[in-house]
Amino acid sequence: MAIEILMPALSPTMEEGTLSKWMVGEGDQVSSGDILAEIETDKATMEFEAVDEGIIGKILISEGTSGILVNSTIAVLLEEGETIEDVHLPQKTVVVATIGFETEAEPVSNPQSFPVVEPNVPVGTNYKSQTVREAIREAMSEEMRRDETVYLMGEEVAEYQGAYKISQGMLDEFGSKRVIDTPITEHGFAGIAVGASFGGLRPIVEFMTFNFAMQAMDQIINSAAKTLYMSGGQMGAPMVFRGPNGAAARVGAQHSQDYAAWYAHIPGLKVVQPYSAADAKGLLKSAIRDPNPVIFLENEILYGQSFEVPDLPDYTVPLGKARIWREGDDITLVSFGIGMKYTLEAADILAEMGVAAEVIDLRCLRPLDTKTVINSVKKTNRCVTIEEGFPVCSIGNHIAAVLMQEAFDYLDAPVINCTGKDVPMPYAANLEKLALITTKEVITAAKSVLYR
Amino acid sequence: MAAKKTSKANVSKEQLLHFYREMLLIRRFEEKAGQLYGMGLIGGFCHLYIGQEAVVVGLEAAAEEGDKRVTSYRDHGHMLACGMEADGVMAELTGRSGGYSKGKGGSMHMFSKEKHFYGGHGIVGAQVPIGAGLAFADKYLDNSRVTFAYFGDGAANQGQVYETFNMAALWDLPVVFVIENNQYAMGTAQQRSTSSAEIYERGKAFGIPGEAVDGMDVLAVKAAGDTAVAHCRSGKGPYILEIKTYRYRGHSMSDPAKYRTREEVQKVREEKDAIEHVRDLLLTGKHVSEDDLKAIDKIIKAIVNKSAEFAKDSPEPALEELWTDIYAKVEA
Repeated sequence: MAIEILMPALSPTMEEGTLSKWMVGEGDQVSSGDILAEIETDKATMEFEAVDEGIIGKILISEGTSGILVNSTIAVLLEEGETIEDVHLPQKTVVVATIGFETEAEPVSNPQSFPVVEPNVPVGTNYKSQTVREAIREAMSEEMRRDETVYLMGEEVAEYQGAYKISQGMLDEFGSKRVIDTPITEHGFAGIAVGASFGGLRPIVEFMTFNFAMQAMDQIINSAAKTLYMSGGQMGAPMVFRGPNGAAARVGAQHSQDYAAWYAHIPGLKVVQPYSAADAKGLLKSAIRDPNPVIFLENEILYGQSFEVPDLPDYTVPLGKARIWREGDDITLVSFGIGMKYTLEAADILAEMGVAAEVIDLRCLRPLDTKTVINSVKKTNRCVTIEEGFPVCSIGNHIAAVLMQEAFDYLDAPVINCTGKDVPMPYAANLEKLALITTKEVITAAKSVLYR
Repeated sequence: MAAKKTSKANVSKEQLLHFYREMLLIRRFEEKAGQLYGMGLIGGFCHLYIGQEAVVVGLEAAAEEGDKRVTSYRDHGHMLACGMEADGVMAELTGRSGGYSKGKGGSMHMFSKEKHFYGGHGIVGAQVPIGAGLAFADKYLDNSRVTFAYFGDGAANQGQVYETFNMAALWDLPVVFVIENNQYAMGTAQQRSTSSAEIYERGKAFGIPGEAVDGMDVLAVKAAGDTAVAHCRSGKGPYILEIKTYRYRGHSMSDPAKYRTREEVQKVREEKDAIEHVRDLLLTGKHVSEDDLKAIDKIIKAIVNKSAEFAKDSPEPALEELWTDIYAKVEA
């Protein structure tokens, strides 16, 4: 029996990939373990090995093709004596994917609402399409060109080119003095970076994920955040701690936590959690220049997502200002980071139902732009918050408290917090989906505060 | 205390007098701090350095201008030894606006950019990677400075110390790891907490050279400091000094000291005291007379008394200070 060779999933978040190179040709005999092809994922270029023995009967996808969905047939392997004519080829072998999210239960037209206000972008500015990954890399590279004291350190940032390819190419440009591979020793290298910041440098510390930053928590909180105060203003820690935060896909309880609320709790830290590539770029540049320790929370699923980014030589976004993605009079939806994905999708569906939602992307959790939220709620009188983190002591809890104190008389309904569920992240696909926030839940919450 | 014995050769009268003054200043200062604590003028935690004076005084004599230092919460001696003013240190202890941190840091958290003193850290062991980070910055900036990262025998069991040893050796960082082994991690004797008798030997696992030093002999400390600093400054990477010392007072002010006998403390004071040692050298070497030393004692006492007066008179921080220094201003 002929065997279909399928496009493999080679990373937790991979949904499609590029077939960079075939290492075999039609008619070649292969046995298990032979390298069939090189496949580029969202993270790296990897060799793809044969599992079965046989003869390559037909190559269905030519090399250089990108956007090949996982599990689509890329070639057919024949047994001894079979010919390609014996084989019923798959009708539709490949779907070239549009890069994007796993589709949710409810189909959505285009959740890419464009921000209402772009105060830092002059009229007539050109935009370029860029992934969040590229935007972060460009922000770091631009700042490293601008300031010799800025350097990047972390696990696999240099020779490996970044565990998530964020720092790809940076070792070549800046050399090993400024792009530094550390041992797997988060507590230690976070402390060294804090010391380096006291000593006049501006470190960017990449955590492979913020889950691992738990090991470094003491240095982040006790050393980086508090020293300016403890020294009576004499010295502080101008530095950035950055890396992916929150759930990726199917990586289990210890690799899926959203730490937004944890860090937002700490005076002395600034906390940024961008959604779009433009904000990732502009906010990271500001974070690197900021004289305070900044926690920059990224999201692995957003890394490959493309957005329109202003094509400016030095695009910065100030920390502490929310962004209004769409205006509306009926309800205020407040979110940040990947929560914005569900929020914008929900706003589209609500619009079809005749509800005009105002969507606020907080972008920065400390300092928190409560003014923008309060002003919006004074107009809409209703608010739902959306985040992926745990529900207890969440960012949404805090927003609700602020609104109760500052806009109580304007509220026509209690504020609802949509959050991740109050459980460690399960591994099973169906349970993980349940644990995360969904667009449907946002719509249900919105209907509830609208009494519809 | 198995450690090198000092050589008395080539020690000038000036150097001996300098050591005597510096160590005496720390001791009198700490005695005064203890007194003010008893009067309720100093609050919270207060960890006195009495007994350990030769460690910082010896090492500061090996440092050059621009070299950096960072230590734990037992930090008053380090600040005085690196040239910070007694007034500012004492006023910080009393939580007054004239203190080095404007009263907002306290005994455990003082800093001086001017004197390259980077704290004053209250989490046991946390200052060790910070010290290596200061050395990392110096190496990055190519300015041939050396950092002294002080920690105790207790901190020597923290994981981050060994994470730091690894990276400091890997990257040849110019940092002297100074283990001030006063033999008790709070109330736990070294043999009850630490698998190795010679803590500096743990550096061997990382390829970091080191040695044990008699910390009650300021000349031995200075000599070891010279070796360590020369090693670091020449680009050969880190060096470990395990300085065997002894703390006469409790871990903090509220230490009942049930873990050791009064006799043990008394014996060290009588036989090993670092200040008495230098005093003997000065007198037996006929460098000075008893009267000369009395005159010095008087000057030191005056400095300490003045600092206590300053610390009492300095106003408490303005209430607005609660809300300042949380964030540095972003330059426009």
